[in-house]
Amino acid sequence: MTRYLIPLVLFIGLVVFLAIGLGRDPHEVPSPLINKPAPAFRLAQLKEPSKTFSPEEMRGKVWLLNVWASWCISCRDEHPLLLEYARSGAVPIYGLNYRDKREDALSWLGELGDPYVLSASDLDARVGMDYGVYGAPESYLIDRNGVIRFKQIGPITPDVWEKQILPLARELNKGTQ
Amino acid sequence: MLREPLKVVALLTVLVGCIALNVVAKDAQPLADDPQLEERVMAVSRELRCLVCQNETLADSRADLAVDLRNQIREQMKAGKSDKEVVEFVTARYGDFVLYRPPIRPSTYLLWFGPFVLLLGALVFLFRYVRRRRELILETALTPTERRRAEDLLRSDSKRETA
Repeated sequence: MTRYLIPLVLFIGLVVFLAIGLGRDPHEVPSPLINKPAPAFRLAQLKEPSKTFSPEEMRGKVWLLNVWASWCISCRDEHPLLLEYARSGAVPIYGLNYRDKREDALSWLGELGDPYVLSASDLDARVGMDYGVYGAPESYLIDRNGVIRFKQIGPITPDVWEKQILPLARELNKGTQ
Repeated sequence: MLREPLKVVALLTVLVGCIALNVVAKDAQPLADDPQLEERVMAVSRELRCLVCQNETLADSRADLAVDLRNQIREQMKAGKSDKEVVEFVTARYGDFVLYRPPIRPSTYLLWFGPFVLLLGALVFLFRYVRRRRELILETALTPTERRRAEDLLRSDSKRETA
């Protein structure tokens, strides 16, 4: 009996490993930036290019940095959710307009609505490189001390928002460091 | 007959289109003035994975991100950074996953040494299996009845051959 059981068990084990392997998204690469300070930058704001934005200004707040672009199709999918979450006021959402054209970005926001407190223009993608962005949309939850605590690669889903981002943001907001 | 001018128009359109496209087409990336530096840039890029199209090296990829990263690598090398420092710059942002040769550290021990552990396990299994089989084939003397039967069989065989 065991003679037949051993190959069967081995085979089932192999199938389980393959199933896990297929279920994982190879595009989700663990970011080395988790629990590291968010890279500093100072960029012109998208809507008012005469003003700038820097993460330094966000010290003491828990906030979400969302990397987006008008050419990015998944951003369009994510957009209605961001509008809803922005309205809820749970976490302020700031945009990083990545590798985009200013006019395109502005008309995109005009057409679909603007969930962002403001967006910073990363037109030449230099800041994106510092943040390890390789596919928009990507979102970073940054704590009061300017440390990246969570990164979502690809669009935020209701599941990710409710089970990961919101609870973590609440917890980060609680502690007064 | 009527078609003839149409053809000319079509041909002209294609021609003008080609010229226009030629103008629109992006210029090739300016090579560094220093071929030695360019060689270094490409050598490092070949060791790094392009994250947009994960099965391509940074050297082969034409994705915008890869082009930017190559430019970044070139800039840093011009500024006098060593190959190692440049690779550290990229891994600090994109993680060890970009390295085609993963570093040896506790999280990659299984990756590096796993095959050897498997090989060792297989050898131990094979050794034990062979030994067990050898133990099964013990030479025991034949009993008298067995001997007689064997002789009978041999005799009948040789008879058949001579017949």
